[in-house]
Amino acid sequence: MNYIPISPKERDAMLATIGVKSMEELFRDVPKKHRFPKLDLPPALTEMEVAAELNELALGNENIRTDLVSFLGAGAYNHYIPAVVDHILRRGEFYTAYTPYQPEISQGTLQAIFEYQSLIAALTSMEVSNASHYDGATAVAESVNMAYAQFRGKRTKVVISPAVHPQYRETLRTYVQGMDLTLAGDDPETVSSEQLSVNSLEALVDENTALVIVQYPDFFGRIYDYTALIEAAHAAGALVCVAANPTALALFKTPGEMGADMVVGEGQPLGIPLSYGGPYLGFFTTRKQYIHKMAGRLVGETVDNRGQRAYVLTLTAREQHIKRERATSNICTNQGLMALASAVYMSLLGQTGLRQVAELCYHKAHYAAKNISKIKGYSLCFDTPFFHEFSVCCPQPVEAINDHLLEHGILGGYDLGRDYPSLKDHMLIAVTEMNTKDEIDALVDALAEVNHD
Amino acid sequence: MTNSSTTLGTGTSTLRPPDRDRQAQGGAPLCVEPTIYELSSPGRTGVTFPDPDVPRAELPESMLRAELPLPELAEVDVVRHYMHLSRFNYSVDGGFYPLGSCTMKYNPKINEDTARLPGFAFTHPLQPVETVQGNLALMYQLQEWLKEISGFAAVTLQPAAGAHGELTGVLIMRAYHRDRGDAKRVKMLIPDSAHGTNPASSGMSGLEVVQIPSDPRGNVDLAALEAACDETVVGLMLTNPNTLGLFDEHVEEVVKIVHECGGLVYGDGANLNALLGVLRPGDVGIDVMHFNLHKTFSTPHGGGGPGSGPVGVAARLAEFLPAPIVGVIEEGEEDLPPLFGFVTPKKTIGRLKAFHGHFGMLVRAYTYIAMHGADGLRQVAEYSVLNANYLKARLKGVYTVPFDRICMHEFVAEGKVEGSDVKALDIAKRLMDYDFHPPTNYFPLIVHEALMIEPTETENKDTLDRFADALIKIAEEAKTDPALLHSAPHALTGAGKTPFGRMDEVKAARELVLCCWLPEKYSEQ
Repeated sequence: MNYIPISPKERDAMLATIGVKSMEELFRDVPKKHRFPKLDLPPALTEMEVAAELNELALGNENIRTDLVSFLGAGAYNHYIPAVVDHILRRGEFYTAYTPYQPEISQGTLQAIFEYQSLIAALTSMEVSNASHYDGATAVAESVNMAYAQFRGKRTKVVISPAVHPQYRETLRTYVQGMDLTLAGDDPETVSSEQLSVNSLEALVDENTALVIVQYPDFFGRIYDYTALIEAAHAAGALVCVAANPTALALFKTPGEMGADMVVGEGQPLGIPLSYGGPYLGFFTTRKQYIHKMAGRLVGETVDNRGQRAYVLTLTAREQHIKRERATSNICTNQGLMALASAVYMSLLGQTGLRQVAELCYHKAHYAAKNISKIKGYSLCFDTPFFHEFSVCCPQPVEAINDHLLEHGILGGYDLGRDYPSLKDHMLIAVTEMNTKDEIDALVDALAEVNHD
Repeated sequence: MTNSSTTLGTGTSTLRPPDRDRQAQGGAPLCVEPTIYELSSPGRTGVTFPDPDVPRAELPESMLRAELPLPELAEVDVVRHYMHLSRFNYSVDGGFYPLGSCTMKYNPKINEDTARLPGFAFTHPLQPVETVQGNLALMYQLQEWLKEISGFAAVTLQPAAGAHGELTGVLIMRAYHRDRGDAKRVKMLIPDSAHGTNPASSGMSGLEVVQIPSDPRGNVDLAALEAACDETVVGLMLTNPNTLGLFDEHVEEVVKIVHECGGLVYGDGANLNALLGVLRPGDVGIDVMHFNLHKTFSTPHGGGGPGSGPVGVAARLAEFLPAPIVGVIEEGEEDLPPLFGFVTPKKTIGRLKAFHGHFGMLVRAYTYIAMHGADGLRQVAEYSVLNANYLKARLKGVYTVPFDRICMHEFVAEGKVEGSDVKALDIAKRLMDYDFHPPTNYFPLIVHEALMIEPTETENKDTLDRFADALIKIAEEAKTDPALLHSAPHALTGAGKTPFGRMDEVKAARELVLCCWLPEKYSEQ
């Protein structure tokens, strides 16, 4: 099956117009000995057959809608997505459009991104949002590119909290390997659980520090007021980037209010399916004064020649297709459709709905934490306030506990020992509005059984 | 109508009074579709959630935010708003999108259905591998297919887009040299016809960019290449077919020259559509290449993303691939399928993003390849090249086509007409009046007033003829009534026609209104 709408007769007529006798002749520049290789691929399927094959593959998974009850988060969260979101996303006018380089015929995408920028700025209490990055990890990496460009490479140190998502830190390490930068604080092996606190970072900030990166809530689910840290960083002339969970921002004091220079993060909780890790949405906000060093696309308001309000991609001189090797970043695409999904989600929920989701997460997570901490052998690792995720010290290796939970149809929490040797037997548990009291009670019962083994 | 944002104040920078107010003040822009904030009315909501079924926990008062300035709308308000916006978009589903270098082919509907199957959509990226064997089998198979299609030894599916794949590839090349103790290699050679992402990716990786000119036939200038090749060269980033739509006639020689100085050759896979089943880049010695699943393998462009940019490498670079990639962690037996899991290449450059790549895009690309098979993929390339050459033949004589050779899947014409002062931009905008999306313009930079046309294989002859007719008519108009082009697009009504005219881009950049409200003023409400 292919999607070519040209009949053999039409093809022949076209070849004649071109002035060649055969299709093969069109490829005469291709080295003969390598031309038209025999590809070893399975025979082509019809739509009916491919639908069956893909269905079979999908059934090869245990999904968290019908097979498993999930308490797994660690950067990707199971939230309810109202039906409207996907109905809008499935409009061909949105999903089969290209980047809006021709604004006269792309106002749908442009206004939607402009509104996305507005909604994200509102959520983070920041002045400017760009049109998005690939995901939370790359948004964090881009914050380093921006800080590096802001200081013209003269400050060469980045301080990052070890309580930032391990995969974000890994991504950052990859991004900076060609840059003349050192990372400080990024050393989970040397820190004990007590040291994984915000205070230890301040000591690392100096006159050579371009950027300080923290997460909110941090990877362990904890909520800190970073105001003092941000003031200390600013006193040393450094910028501060906070990677935030957008659902938490509906309820808690924002990094913007704390004085952060950049607030970035993973936008997946805002109406984007888990989909085994992607595509997600990296949101990126900053203050107006830094806008010329920000990477990524930006939509601005203007008028057309008919006197109508309209939107265009603006400040494009920052981007790779103009600045080439001097651009802050090579980023070309944004996550347009995912940004649209989150805009629809935020518009639909509004301030009441999003706050309701955040409160449900909070109450349910605290109910779960309270009951788990009552089980003999289990305790909460930290007494810091938390949002919808918390760390539990377990009586046995997390892997063994999760195997047991899986037998009960429960997808257990994240094994913190994988990334933090000092947090062996520590589990990170996420609870959202999707988890019922019954499910939480079942989790508590199953955890209690493990201890009796 | 009550409007939550009318009381936001009347600042002059980011904050603008809503349009209805501005219109009342006179001289303000007309509002075609209000923003989501202007449509807001306090007390409305589009969705409600159940009351908590657990006791409420105490909230930490000192850490709560005072206000949440999000709009308030009912479901029907939201649906109508986005429905209205969608009508202002041109799209592949709506018409012909001959955007050079972007491969705006038709996006099969079945792909959208398979990617949304609950078994895929509701899996968490950190689930134990035993519970996601379907996902991993799909990813493994896609890696294998991409290897077979491209002639590479190993593939990563992690990069999120073409530019992200480029960064991956460049970091791999850099790591390869450093691993051999050859840290003096700091130069990346890039032809003058390259995409802007090539130099930007090199710049991000701390490399120095050296530009290589094209020869009179549009190929890489061999003498210039030879002169630039020395022991400080990391490699060459080659787009082949290049952005002129031309297959480099000396590709094997180019590769040989770079290899001889110890450099590697990066293949920009943006134009792979022309090569499916025609040439495997790995067979001519290309060392590393990114795929654009959103171009070649029909995953939708989504108004600017998400893309997906897997990277393939030759055997000597396989151990540098980003981690993790999908592998077999337990061999299968007679009645037992193998167990798939994640493996970390020995000298990996590290991770390029969180989790495992744009999985939803991988499902779509898998679906597409499975439906095509080897013959189907070769037809994709053949017909994309047929369509481009047909359009070129129809337009020759009316528009100048520099480097006039048999082209591959696209070609570049000069957007000017003798005896007229119209520019490529005017021609592009006038095409909108004929209900076509304009070609890419002003790229590649080496052609003056470039119009870069890529029809793809999914257009029929009638559409191509209508498009050629329109461009020919426009060339006449350029001589008889150039003002018609200068002022295009025009106010036209009817399905698919734009209600918008040319934009004041200077105003947008000068005033920088990037948000429909100003955060610090919100509390005055």
